[in-house]
Amino acid sequence: MLRFNLNGQPVEVDAPDDTPLLWVVRDHLKLKGSKFGCGMGLCGACSMLVDGQSTRTCILPAASVANKNVTTIEGIGNPELLSAVQQAWVDSSVPQCGYCQSGQIVSATALLTRNPNPSDRDIDNAMSGNICRCGTYPRIKAAIKQAASAIQNGQGKLQAVQYFEPTQSATEA
Amino acid sequence: MSTQVDISRRRFLQHATLTGGGLIVGIPLMGLTGHAHASEQGSLTPNAILQITPQNAVHFYLPRSEMGQGVHTGLTTLLAEELDIPPAKISVHLTGAHEDFANPEFGMQITGGSTSIKGHFVPLRQLAANTRLVIRQAAAKQLNTALESIQTQDGQVFVQGKAFTYGDFVDVASTLDFPEDAPLKPASDFKYIGKYNQRLDAQAKSTGSAQFGLDVDFAGLQKAALKQSPVFGGTVKSFDDSAAKTMPGVKAIVAIHNGVAVVAEHYYQAKNALAKVDVQWQLPETLSAFSTHSLDANNGMGLFENALKKEGDNGHDEGDANAIQQADKVISAQYWAPYLAHATMEPMNCTVKIENGKVDVWVGSQSPGMAKNIAALFADVSKDDVTVHSTYLGGGFGRRSASDFVAQATAIAKASKLPVQLIWSREDDTQHDLYRPAALARFDIGLNKDGTITDWHVKRVGPNIMPYMIDETVDAMAPGFMPNAMVDWLSKRGYGLFDGWIVDPSSIEGLFEDYDSPNKQVNHVTVDPGLPMGFWRSVGHSFSGFFKESMMDEVAADQKQDAVAYRLKHLKNNPRLAKVLNEAAKQSGWGKPLAQGHFHGVATHMSFGSFVAQVAEVSIENNNIKVHKVTCVVDCGTAVNPDVIKAQMEGGIIYGLTAALYGEITLKDGMVEQTNFHNYPMLRMNESPEFDVIVMNNNEAPTGVGEPGLPPIAAAVANAIFAATGKRLRSLPLKLA
Repeated sequence: MLRFNLNGQPVEVDAPDDTPLLWVVRDHLKLKGSKFGCGMGLCGACSMLVDGQSTRTCILPAASVANKNVTTIEGIGNPELLSAVQQAWVDSSVPQCGYCQSGQIVSATALLTRNPNPSDRDIDNAMSGNICRCGTYPRIKAAIKQAASAIQNGQGKLQAVQYFEPTQSATEA
Repeated sequence: MSTQVDISRRRFLQHATLTGGGLIVGIPLMGLTGHAHASEQGSLTPNAILQITPQNAVHFYLPRSEMGQGVHTGLTTLLAEELDIPPAKISVHLTGAHEDFANPEFGMQITGGSTSIKGHFVPLRQLAANTRLVIRQAAAKQLNTALESIQTQDGQVFVQGKAFTYGDFVDVASTLDFPEDAPLKPASDFKYIGKYNQRLDAQAKSTGSAQFGLDVDFAGLQKAALKQSPVFGGTVKSFDDSAAKTMPGVKAIVAIHNGVAVVAEHYYQAKNALAKVDVQWQLPETLSAFSTHSLDANNGMGLFENALKKEGDNGHDEGDANAIQQADKVISAQYWAPYLAHATMEPMNCTVKIENGKVDVWVGSQSPGMAKNIAALFADVSKDDVTVHSTYLGGGFGRRSASDFVAQATAIAKASKLPVQLIWSREDDTQHDLYRPAALARFDIGLNKDGTITDWHVKRVGPNIMPYMIDETVDAMAPGFMPNAMVDWLSKRGYGLFDGWIVDPSSIEGLFEDYDSPNKQVNHVTVDPGLPMGFWRSVGHSFSGFFKESMMDEVAADQKQDAVAYRLKHLKNNPRLAKVLNEAAKQSGWGKPLAQGHFHGVATHMSFGSFVAQVAEVSIENNNIKVHKVTCVVDCGTAVNPDVIKAQMEGGIIYGLTAALYGEITLKDGMVEQTNFHNYPMLRMNESPEFDVIVMNNNEAPTGVGEPGLPPIAAAVANAIFAATGKRLRSLPLKLA
């Protein structure tokens, strides 16, 4: 039995240890925001935060996140409650087809968590693992800067939704 | 299909009272074949475009597919303008397949060819204007006042200072004769067109809540992985599934027309089991013998080179073909562009449920109507028994205009008797595409004593797209009006149908149109080993833009003339292209000093009715090509959503730059050698240039933007490389070492 925290909630899944985390989340737990793109960790569409790090989950055995905190796009914000990064994405009309954007937002969130004021080069380094075929790179770059400045001005959070607080049982455990 | 449409039935607008009340309006695209109507109590069959409910909800059933190009926002903007309702207050719904949703440019439900804004600019606004008028008429009747005193603004109806909703009048409106030709606003009155820049699908796509084909799920849905013939056209001779069928989760293993599928509870189970299935293939002879690297006269590059010696079929004949013999000078060069895959971020997938003779298909498709027909064919049911549920497309670029994966998913569902979601791996997606045709071209450009072009001769060698489209469509479309024997004959002739009959326009488009020359000759020689061809963003222009604009640069350089000035000299009959070129030169600082080691290259190209010029700023370090900045000027007529247009230019340039710097699909013994992003690489954030995109707004009719940003970029970069190194790169992808 696989056990980890998904978007703040402890979850248990009956799947083989080597099942890629992406498919555990998409197929077993039915959260579809994280996407399948390449199956080799090359494109970043499947990115999730694993203890705060942007991680390629299409090649990550689910057993390796045992007892860790996994955050998907759904755990960053939702249409009613956008994170600062998501708000910047909307304001800059970043998405085109939109398929890669969950992964892009996860990687941008991880970047701004460890580096609140990234340079162009920092952004290039942090985001080059996420492919976008529609070519939204210039807008992603602009949106990351907008999100950084919004957060610094107290106008948004990196994580907008609050179901990250551990449940009672998880706290006791 | 078009024969079934009665164009004379100009049923301009229809409306019907719904079970739940409200006003539903159809749109006269190619003539409506059915009435817009409600099906069951409380539910609508969305076979019309617009609905306004008594509760004042405004529903827009988006007739085109949203694949990132922005129709969700663009078409809603058109509707909003004449409705006088803010775009964000309109609920936009993705639609299934229905004749009412035909593209006015094609008469079929296809999204492609950069046609959506162009084709809907008048019809959608007319629909909205008529609707607004009937609402005003209803208000006048209901309130017993003069029509002139009824005004609309920002989604409200105002009568003598008192505000009402549109919904307040839909019941009465439904009893009135629908207006046919309410006057449209003059451009000077536009409130949203030319100004509205917020993408309406951005929020759903920034929160993971937009539904793509791969996200479709329901209780009992099984997942399928498919092993396809390694060479296109191959069939299953036999297969051994003894090791696979006992693996966890496996529900069925079935052979279909071009492969063997494993159906399992979860995708990774299907994929793991598929690896244990051993398949023996019957492979097609011609394609299995083809290797792109071969220089043999009957194979690979050699075959293309050899074909260039043939005269071929004439595709364009203007002026005197023999005049080139009197030219003062003839400059000749030969160009090459390889096969390319689309590599949409979302791999091909399709979900099919067959139950009690009814088929439900969930798919992100550029051709939902074709998907419906294909599903009917492969499920062996009537088209009327197929329902298509559309999702967002995780990239289209032409790839999703084909329905090969719909055929497969339907065949698997039928054979396994299970509802299935077929998911292609990235490897499947790279190796089983319908590819951008490879192309070889030779130019012979004749000049007079002044260095002015007098003869523009070009010959293109390569495969054509049209036969593959016919091959797919004939089976699915023809039965309605053709005897079966004819269908069989046509589908078997498939690839050869066009040989010696006409030249496929998409094989030569963009090679000759733009520049002035009294004599123009375009010939074509078909070479087609049998790899399937498809529409790839900007189609023929994707290679012809590179060929033509590199050639023009060569001629200017030979004449020691400025690349911009020389082009302008030959654009006397193409003033809109001249204008964007001038503007791009001005905006980029053409001719002015750049940073040390940086060089400019220019290219300009008309495609899909739009005019684009680009200047690329490039540096070379250790033979690495670095593109620092691209200045792009576009004239696409009336700019409906200027920021969406900018996004399409950026996207087209990055898509084109990926092809220019990396894109190459090669074959060995008929098999595609590339598999995934490590050997078919994509441009990434750190390689993306800066952009300066200028949208030239004017009052001309709007034209496409999804594709026209792509064609000039490869040549702009290659021309900058020439400026930097003196080396003329005539093959894609561009490589210096």
